[in-house]
Amino acid sequence: MPFLLQNLSRLVSCHFLPQELMGLLDLFAKGVLFFISHFYLCSSEYPDLRQHNNCMASNLTPAIYAKLCDKTTPNGYTLDQAIQTGVDNPGHPFIKTVGMVAGDEESYEVFADLLDPIIKERHNGYDPCVMKHPTDLDSSKIHSGQFDDRYVLSSRVRTGRSIRGLSLPPACTRAERREVERVVVDALAGLKGDLTGRYYSLTQMTEKEQQQLIDDHFLFDKPVSPLLTCAGMARDWPDARGIWHNNEKTFLIWINEEDHTRVISMEKGGNMKRVFDRFCRGLKEVERLIQERGWEFMWNERLGYILTCPSNLGTGLRAGVHVKLPLLSKDPRFSKILDNLRLQKRGTGGVDTAAVGGVFDISNLDRLGQSEVQLVQTVVDGVNYLIECEKRLERGQDIKVPPPIKQFK
Amino acid sequence: MTKNCHNDYKMKFTTDEEFPDLSLHNNHMAKVLTKEIYEKLRSKSTPSGFTVDDVIQTGVDNPGHPFIMTVGCVAGDEESYEVFKELLDPVISDRHGGYKPTDKHKTDLNFENLKGGDDLDPNYVLSSRVRTGRSIKGFTLPPHNSRGERRAIQNLSIEALSSLEGEFKGKYYPLDGMTDAEQEQLIADHFLFDKPVSPLLTCAGMARDWPDARGIWHNDNKTFLVWVNEEDHLRVISMQKGGNMKEVFKRFCVGLQKIEEIFKKHNHGFMWNEHLGYILTCPSNLGTGLRGGVHVKLPKLSTHAKFEEILTRLRLQKRGTGGVDTASVGGVFDISNADRLGSSEVEQVQLVVDGVKLMVEMEKKLEKGESIDGMIPAQKFVCDPQEEDKSIC
Repeated sequence: MPFLLQNLSRLVSCHFLPQELMGLLDLFAKGVLFFISHFYLCSSEYPDLRQHNNCMASNLTPAIYAKLCDKTTPNGYTLDQAIQTGVDNPGHPFIKTVGMVAGDEESYEVFADLLDPIIKERHNGYDPCVMKHPTDLDSSKIHSGQFDDRYVLSSRVRTGRSIRGLSLPPACTRAERREVERVVVDALAGLKGDLTGRYYSLTQMTEKEQQQLIDDHFLFDKPVSPLLTCAGMARDWPDARGIWHNNEKTFLIWINEEDHTRVISMEKGGNMKRVFDRFCRGLKEVERLIQERGWEFMWNERLGYILTCPSNLGTGLRAGVHVKLPLLSKDPRFSKILDNLRLQKRGTGGVDTAAVGGVFDISNLDRLGQSEVQLVQTVVDGVNYLIECEKRLERGQDIKVPPPIKQFK
Repeated sequence: MTKNCHNDYKMKFTTDEEFPDLSLHNNHMAKVLTKEIYEKLRSKSTPSGFTVDDVIQTGVDNPGHPFIMTVGCVAGDEESYEVFKELLDPVISDRHGGYKPTDKHKTDLNFENLKGGDDLDPNYVLSSRVRTGRSIKGFTLPPHNSRGERRAIQNLSIEALSSLEGEFKGKYYPLDGMTDAEQEQLIADHFLFDKPVSPLLTCAGMARDWPDARGIWHNDNKTFLVWVNEEDHLRVISMQKGGNMKEVFKRFCVGLQKIEEIFKKHNHGFMWNEHLGYILTCPSNLGTGLRGGVHVKLPKLSTHAKFEEILTRLRLQKRGTGGVDTASVGGVFDISNADRLGSSEVEQVQLVVDGVKLMVEMEKKLEKGESIDGMIPAQKFVCDPQEEDKSIC
């Protein structure tokens, strides 16, 4: 077939057409030939996604693959690398994973034809082509942020931040990863007051330090989830990985795990307002410190804070509590109530665990399209409502499913 | 293939900044890799774009192994062994008993050269097996190959294997297309291979896109089996119950040569050169890539103080009956040749045949309560005994 096309222009032109048109037809034939052979080569590379159920598989058409398969970001990251985790992990019938990662900031531009529809699907219709993401770290705007301690055992807010100019965990070299560690640890050394703390490098901590970090539930392990390992995030472990925390153990930073940094503010009890205050204060201070040294966080007004997984774009924020809801959790309306409040439940071990003793991890569903303040207020309002329901059920009273909260659209 | 722009980007950083931390490591790569070698190799890449960091990633990610000294590096294509020779030659030398860059490897797949091997006592020798690997010229290797290449390898393999006849007539079972019934049968026959879980393999990228273009072919008699696109392009296995290693090896040689002819006709012969023999993904499998072995009952001998020494002198190694990462069960061991490079297929299988025969006799002696001290063998050599240098090669 390529042979025919190549000679088609010659076959036709030498008998029928004047000189000028011969050139045009030849060009046309070459164009068609290039398109078809490029498409053919790409189609022999196109992944088999028939068993797959993730956002990447839902959105990667052969045409999009053909368009992007030869592109690379300025650092050399490719589409095949970005989708590898989604190809290797078909998914789960009930949980729809994202199936794609970014290797650097530019991935979100170079592979926009695939990432934009994924982002839209994952973030409930947020359209990165036309919408803008609001950032708001003014914690003073939060009201009613003190929960009933008889129900809320602990409160926590986490996010991630990436250092602009360095590749992300799926793609970073050892030198880049070490640079992230250096930049961040250097900046954190400048934190003062209740944020004063120290760094524990995974390669150098003593056994005693390691045990203490485990007891505090601070230590993170080498990723075992194939969602992460297939994306290359565990390479060179534990080189340049570590944990920083303040002396009071209420502000914690993970370095070079799934993102350049994960920033966590937490404490026992239900004072979400104070947790969020510290969160915002700490984040802004860290940002100021890295800016003093000539660095900045990856951020843009289209996607907010840029992180490895498209699911964490925008605020990258998960604000949540461990809360006792033994009666409400057995009520058949529990899931619907959570849905309408834009909340999700997890077991107290984190994302892939089940609840124990009626205690749930309740946090915001959304990440992108609403600001940090908006999302934390949503959690505050929602958890207060859940506690109210639990109290009503204790008293033998009935509860109501709240109307669904309006989203950004 | 286009320039490796990621490697160009990486060159912005200095050698010191990129050099891996190998302080806790115990594998061949970590013992050989110096900053000087890394500096020299880091700017290079093979024509298909494989770099030294790709070669060593598995060794960086896997500091060591409880039972064996791992290699810690892989080849991404045939050219890797040339482009990264400053690293791979010393690794090969360490792994293969001092094999030098100037040495030549002998290939001998003439089964008639094997003496004996048809009389291993089946009361002790439960099964016999010979396996090797083959790489198909013109394609990159499992750590590096793309889906398109892997599929092309599968298609070529299916074409070659489906043309086999007689005792080799068989069928291909693609991993992503077999029925439940077929899958259960393959598991019951101990033929089915799984998605690799060993981090030695996954960190080298060999499990990417699983199970796309992976499959198993076997003959109707279930004595000749080919794995497609697992750790190597092809793994070829001849096996049967009992101790007739001679028959197993004959089938192995005949089958391999038939397959090779067909691939050659398609202008995709096997990767081979006279220095390294058959080129495979892991440097430990260079040369013959051959592991010939038996499952043999040695409950008394295996607890004898000199068991390890006997194995070493016979140039054999032991494994559990589950394979490389397992322990033995009920005194039954997997005993196979330790060498791969620097001796031929016939020589290696001869060592297995002779060594296992001797060990079974020892076991029988121990059963009768007799001593085996007079039977402990001298160190076997595989080189030409006329050579001045008697070191193990």
